[in-house]
Amino acid sequence: MPNKDTIVDVPTVNKIARLCRLDIPEVNKESLTNDLNNILGFVAQLDEVDTSNVEPLASVTGHKLPLRSDDVNDGNIEGLVLKNAPESSSGFFVVPKVIE
Amino acid sequence: MNDTSTLKPGHIQGETGIWEMVIGLEIHAQISSKSKLFSGASASFGSEANRNVSLVDAAMPGMLPVINEFCVEQAVKTGLALNAKINNVSVFDRKNYFYADLPQGYQISQFTKPIVGEGKIIVDLDDGEQTTIGIERLHLEQDAGKSLHDQHPTKSYIDLNRTGVALMEIVSKPDIRSPQEAGAYVKKIRSILRYIGACDGNMEEGSLRADCNVSVRKSGEEFGTRCEIKNLNSIRFIIQAIQSEAERQVDILEEGGTIDQETRLFDTSTGETRSMRSKEDAHDYRYFPDPDLLPLEFTENWVKDIKEKLPELPDSLKKRLVKDFGITSYDASILVEEKDYVDFYQQAANGRDGKLTANWMITELFGALKKDNLSFSESPITSENLGELISLISNGTISGKIAKEVFSEMMKSKKSPSEIVKEKGLEQVSDDAEILKLINLVISDNQDKVNEYLSGKDKLFGFFVGQVMKLSQGKANPGVVNKLLKEKLK
Repeated sequence: MPNKDTIVDVPTVNKIARLCRLDIPEVNKESLTNDLNNILGFVAQLDEVDTSNVEPLASVTGHKLPLRSDDVNDGNIEGLVLKNAPESSSGFFVVPKVIE
Repeated sequence: MNDTSTLKPGHIQGETGIWEMVIGLEIHAQISSKSKLFSGASASFGSEANRNVSLVDAAMPGMLPVINEFCVEQAVKTGLALNAKINNVSVFDRKNYFYADLPQGYQISQFTKPIVGEGKIIVDLDDGEQTTIGIERLHLEQDAGKSLHDQHPTKSYIDLNRTGVALMEIVSKPDIRSPQEAGAYVKKIRSILRYIGACDGNMEEGSLRADCNVSVRKSGEEFGTRCEIKNLNSIRFIIQAIQSEAERQVDILEEGGTIDQETRLFDTSTGETRSMRSKEDAHDYRYFPDPDLLPLEFTENWVKDIKEKLPELPDSLKKRLVKDFGITSYDASILVEEKDYVDFYQQAANGRDGKLTANWMITELFGALKKDNLSFSESPITSENLGELISLISNGTISGKIAKEVFSEMMKSKKSPSEIVKEKGLEQVSDDAEILKLINLVISDNQDKVNEYLSGKDKLFGFFVGQVMKLSQGKANPGVVNKLLKEKLK
């Protein structure tokens, strides 16, 4: 269902891509913009419902946030933690330099 | 040159008039928990790289955060100590950004519904004045990991031990008007956190650090554009950074420029702030409620229990010290800065002269510790021994002058003052006959001066007292010397 209002344009797609560190080929940007607008337009139908007096619903299960006691019972698994790292050295992750 | 002699702290004399600073602080306080905010890995400082990392902290797919009850309790406790509103329902949000030491790609924080709302604290200034600073909010969040950039020419080394450690971010209102006030505010927050045990306040290890928001305006005008100085880890740097940043802004504004709202770093070697590499989208954090975490809820009764267990806080203790021991409000504010000081003072002053004890503790003991580069906990002088010294002075066993000698010996040998007095024969001489003997000696040695005195040169009285004291090697009781000399020289 095509939406009347354009919510997202190409510059917005560029910005989101940069924030997400995604490299999107130029040729895909137009279609991606359309896709996003369709998705957001579909979801925007929810705006038609008046929710001004409805509390936000965090869970439908009725569960409460579980708490744990302050015990150290994890860690000491640096081998496992570093296992998938492309590069590591003396216990550190090694990444391309992040400051100049 | 500017005439700064009459300028109030926080005011800057410019070409166009006097500028006023407007300052707000964000303090990040590491919670003194054993484990992290959302995982069971250790929160301790100084371990081997990546030793204190669980699969939750490393953000492995499918891992779920479970909140640490102790951390929640510390946030509530701190909120209560800051006279702040406790929110019995609060929400965790994801703050999204990319950085090598943030494996999740977002920090779990609280944005729209923090655990603690508005509050206020009273801050003691150096001149003995007090001012009230508003608290905007306090929220719980995760700390990030640590990047080392100096290990390799083209690589950064990442240690995730600190990743996920629990922080409280305490945000002040823009109520602060000078660098000195900012320093006093941080000191007060630090003191409160240490009293209640929510944070160890260790600024060197980074358990307490502050971001400072600074702007300038002419008195009565609207707030100017602010800059944020990141990550200051000492009160001295906070004071320096704010002063230098405010001066920079005044220079720009007076030359007709405008202030760019930006994040700046304080360079401790130059004492100036500089712009961080511009990150245009840095502030687009795209907050949204963390779907892995339900809202944090607790009952009024739980909060009440915590409130009842709160220890006596610095403000109330200060009032009590003034009332019970008759010391000045200024001395009391120094003594309540640290829980250890108050405990020591109360033991030393118990049943003794409170003012004298405060003087000896603040001037002599603090001075000597500073000179010897010792921390308070390393003091060679115990509260019992300082108390005993006060008693020896008060009951006339030793004079104030001899007491200083005994004090130095106590710093060196850790012996009790009565032991030192006995060993060195330093007891004060108050016996009339013995002192009279000394007086007679001084008079016969200085007959010319006696004549001058008797013919009206009153000022010489001090000379005779001095001579008698010298002859007694400082041990004669000055009161008795005065009394007997007066009688003798009539």
